[in-house]
Amino acid sequence: MGFFFEVLIGGLLSGVLYALVALGFVLIYKASGVFNFAQGAMVFFAALTFVGFKELLPGWTGLEESSVVVFWLAFALALASMVVLGILTEKVVLRPLVNQPHITLFMATIGLTFLVEGIAQAIWGANVRGLDLGITDEPIEWILDSADMIVSKFDVFAAALAGILVASLALFFQYTKVGRALRAVADDHQAALSIGIPLQHIWAIVWAVAGFVALVAGLIWGARSGVQFALTFTALKALPVLILGGFTSVPGAIVGGLIIGASEKLAEVYIGPMVGGGIEGWFPYMLALFFLLVRPEGLFGEKHIDRV
Amino acid sequence: MLYREAGQFKATYQEDQQIFPIRQDRVGMAVILAFFFAAVPLIASEYWLQAILIPVLIFSLAAIGLNILTGYAGQLSLGSAAFMAVGAFGAYNFMLRIDGMPFLLAVVLGGLCAAVVGVAFGLPSLRIKGFYLAVATLAAQFFIVWALVKFSWFSNYSSSGVISAQEVNILGFAFDTPILKYLLTLAIVAVLALLAKNLVRSATGRRWMAVRDMDVAAEVIGIRPMRAKLSAFAVSSFYCGVAGALYAYTYLGTVEPEGFNLDLSFKILFMIIIGGVGSMLGSFLGAAFIVLLPIFLNVSMHTMFGDSLPAGLGSNLELIVFGGLIIFFLIVEPHGLARLWALAKDKLRLWPFPH
Amino acid sequence: MKLKQTALIGAAIASMLVSGYAAAQEQFIGLPSYRVGPYGSNGASLYGGWIDYMAMVNARDGGVNGVKLTWEECETEYNNARGVECYERLKNKGPTGNSVFQPLSTGITYSVLEKVAQDKIPMVTIGYGRTDAADGSVFPWVFPMVTTYWSQASAIVNYIGTKAGGMDKLKGKKIGLLYHDSAYGKESHAIMDKLAEKHGFEVQKVAVAHPGNEQQAQWLQIRQQKPDYVILWGWGVMNATALRTAAKTGYSRDKIIGVWWSGSEEDAIPAGDAAKGFVAAGFNVAGANYPVIKDIQTNVYAKNAGNMEDKERVGSVLYNRGVVHGIITVEAIRTAQEKFGKGKPMTGEQMRWGFEHLDLDGKRLAALGAAGFMPDLKISCRDHEGAGKVKFQQWDGSKWKVVTDWIEADKPLVRGMIEESAAAYAKEKGITPRDCSKEM
Repeated sequence: MGFFFEVLIGGLLSGVLYALVALGFVLIYKASGVFNFAQGAMVFFAALTFVGFKELLPGWTGLEESSVVVFWLAFALALASMVVLGILTEKVVLRPLVNQPHITLFMATIGLTFLVEGIAQAIWGANVRGLDLGITDEPIEWILDSADMIVSKFDVFAAALAGILVASLALFFQYTKVGRALRAVADDHQAALSIGIPLQHIWAIVWAVAGFVALVAGLIWGARSGVQFALTFTALKALPVLILGGFTSVPGAIVGGLIIGASEKLAEVYIGPMVGGGIEGWFPYMLALFFLLVRPEGLFGEKHIDRV
Repeated sequence: MLYREAGQFKATYQEDQQIFPIRQDRVGMAVILAFFFAAVPLIASEYWLQAILIPVLIFSLAAIGLNILTGYAGQLSLGSAAFMAVGAFGAYNFMLRIDGMPFLLAVVLGGLCAAVVGVAFGLPSLRIKGFYLAVATLAAQFFIVWALVKFSWFSNYSSSGVISAQEVNILGFAFDTPILKYLLTLAIVAVLALLAKNLVRSATGRRWMAVRDMDVAAEVIGIRPMRAKLSAFAVSSFYCGVAGALYAYTYLGTVEPEGFNLDLSFKILFMIIIGGVGSMLGSFLGAAFIVLLPIFLNVSMHTMFGDSLPAGLGSNLELIVFGGLIIFFLIVEPHGLARLWALAKDKLRLWPFPH
Repeated sequence: MKLKQTALIGAAIASMLVSGYAAAQEQFIGLPSYRVGPYGSNGASLYGGWIDYMAMVNARDGGVNGVKLTWEECETEYNNARGVECYERLKNKGPTGNSVFQPLSTGITYSVLEKVAQDKIPMVTIGYGRTDAADGSVFPWVFPMVTTYWSQASAIVNYIGTKAGGMDKLKGKKIGLLYHDSAYGKESHAIMDKLAEKHGFEVQKVAVAHPGNEQQAQWLQIRQQKPDYVILWGWGVMNATALRTAAKTGYSRDKIIGVWWSGSEEDAIPAGDAAKGFVAAGFNVAGANYPVIKDIQTNVYAKNAGNMEDKERVGSVLYNRGVVHGIITVEAIRTAQEKFGKGKPMTGEQMRWGFEHLDLDGKRLAALGAAGFMPDLKISCRDHEGAGKVKFQQWDGSKWKVVTDWIEADKPLVRGMIEESAAAYAKEKGITPRDCSKEM
């Protein structure tokens, strides 16, 4: 039984990390109806930019690479780059495509994926880099001693961070003026425009916030598997979370992440050996698929009513 | 002047309903077919045949498949490559396990396997729509590739999970040179493309389009969405499956399940978006564009910069330009290359005396 | 429209393809490289080392007996279709066509396997590709050189045996096999099952779905099953994640033995401290202290040439593996020239002869400045593998340190499997294996 809980807890914590990536998708979809496939590439771009600045800064400022100042400076610079990237995306890619069908916008973001991947590697090179956030990925000892269960410090930290992020974003959406404007835009572009909400500003803000989320996700994932091209694959982990939780719900991303994370790990451990293992690649998608058959708009998605 | 339909009278329903009602189109089509069947084998080098024309044709077929589903029936799918894999592995197993299996029949049966799998994964489309469905089709993509790797039976227990296509032999005639393989591919693609063109103008095709435009409204006027959607999935997967079988038999020869990965699915989706959603011509144009563009970029990078560019930068620039061009095309012509042709046709009708 | 477009682009490409046919005394080597995509960093190091070695031979010796080496890269993005296009594009370049095709991707290897025999271009797959192609009587044009996957698996088991205190001590032991769930990873199954049967240990196979950036479930399984050793059969991001997750679940890293695609700086650095103690096999070693690498430094990098963007990576495992590719290619040209005429560019057929008669013994390797850098290698008509041994290196937190001498595979066993598999392929394809006793 201990093993079951170990797997379950590990899965839930992984799920939070998936949710972190899924959050970026939700933000953009909610505000602009764009299914931004480039979110994975943005995660990669953000992490690579951060590490790149972190390597360069000691040379510019004469500080130690491990110093706190360098860390936050690199973070600020990476964040600034993400904001610039977000605004440019809005200006160059999305604005000319207003009112196009969703699939066209979706394809544009796939084009953007290539673009962002290429730019990131052209600037910073293709080298694989390590990233140390100062929190070791080791089991918390007292849990290991008392219950013989492995709960990683790093995972708990990441989960806490994700929790704070989601809570603050939810509050931001619910209670601030910009948040209300965002929701209005999400509901109906035209109506929002007609009551004087500056659509373009709102979109730029959303893309910038999504860039921020991508940076956080990039740091967490980059610290786990190194900063490398494979960070773009995190998007594939986030997609089932997205459909399970609903494209438009911030809390849905977290709940979906928890469900996907836990069930995928349990499935791999308990069902995997029966069929030869390696089912993590498709199991979340199947799960989400069956779930959708019951609730076609995801857990927290807005119910869609068709009228003729 | 040249492209003018005035004076071409249609006296019977048959004439009115034929696949190419305008004489110039018929002539043009015949010329194009003649060119690709007769002239290309004479002038194209082996490089052009094997590295460009055959893959373009095969991808066109896959793009037609996806176009039927996405462009005509309105169901977004990200699993086309997996259906190609089903077709390839299906045809391989029919060839392997049944003695004296004719090649063409094996290809068709491979396509039918893909159709069956396609229908199974199309079932959720009855309830799920839009991007939810797109992500759900990823389940097909990942599951099928996983199953093909995992169960060695599909690859005849080869230690590395790859299949190596048998010789292509039709009525005792071996298709073993690039030219013959090209002609075989071309023939199959041409026949299937014409069939598809006909199908989408039939009652079935009109049902698909009605569902695409609004499925609730279609239901109200008496179209059964289940039949329409599932038949679209079946036909689409069949085309993808045949494309997959050709991919294995006339193009690569040896294929591994991982070759049919998500990237390939996206590539096919690109083809129909760039070429034109809901257009047969667009499928061909899109396939040609997506196959040729990276090659063109790679060659031109080398020609322009030679060794002066740091090695990695060149490849990244290609990626940047590729992504940039995709976005550019979407912005300039969201309806795809086929739309440019349609516009050109309108202009041609009036040329040389526009209003 | 289609016609016009095809014609236009065709003309553009054609005009570019016909660029620069140079003087006759050149040997052209087509490089189907990949520098972008998930494995771009691996490709950059590997092709970098290879190109640097050829540049060094040109700069130091003026080529091979006066024949300059020329090369051109073609980006494959590790994608089969692009690989085939590159193969066709590079095929007829240079005065004698492409001398050798080495795609560094098993998928591309399979895609051109039959074409190379028709076009008479040897394909050399060093440390990847089709294992049973080591039987040269069935696959005359394919050279899975130095060491195949099966030899590697066997050598790893032998290494574990010596660590455990003798092969007989393996009985009753449990060895975990954490593999990339793909054709590449599955290649390990048959040989490991056979070895398990022979030595009486138990193999516990644990699959990791591509790309492998999440392995919590796998390592918890390993933690529960408690294997004595874990063989890491990974590629790309899977390796770093495996080491990280092993650290997280408390599995000792010095009990993890990686294959050569798991044992490079690109795998260890991103894992940080978690990689310390990790052991990996390799048919070449890391380090810049070998004369051959120093020659590259003085003849190429000192002159501000050199292919690597990051000079720090010169001497890394994958860079050195690229140098091995260079050495084998150049030595095959030299061997072929000795038979078919010094100072002439070799055709694909002559190159094939050169590869098949390649003999890099200890003396030759020392002369090349590569003693201990790679194993001695002797190819024959029957045996296209040549060496079948690996060294093991341990990551000390900042670099790889060699911890063993060359460890041999269980040759009779591996060879038996290779011949069996090759015979099955020959039967399926209707190939009559050539008689190696008549070849010279």
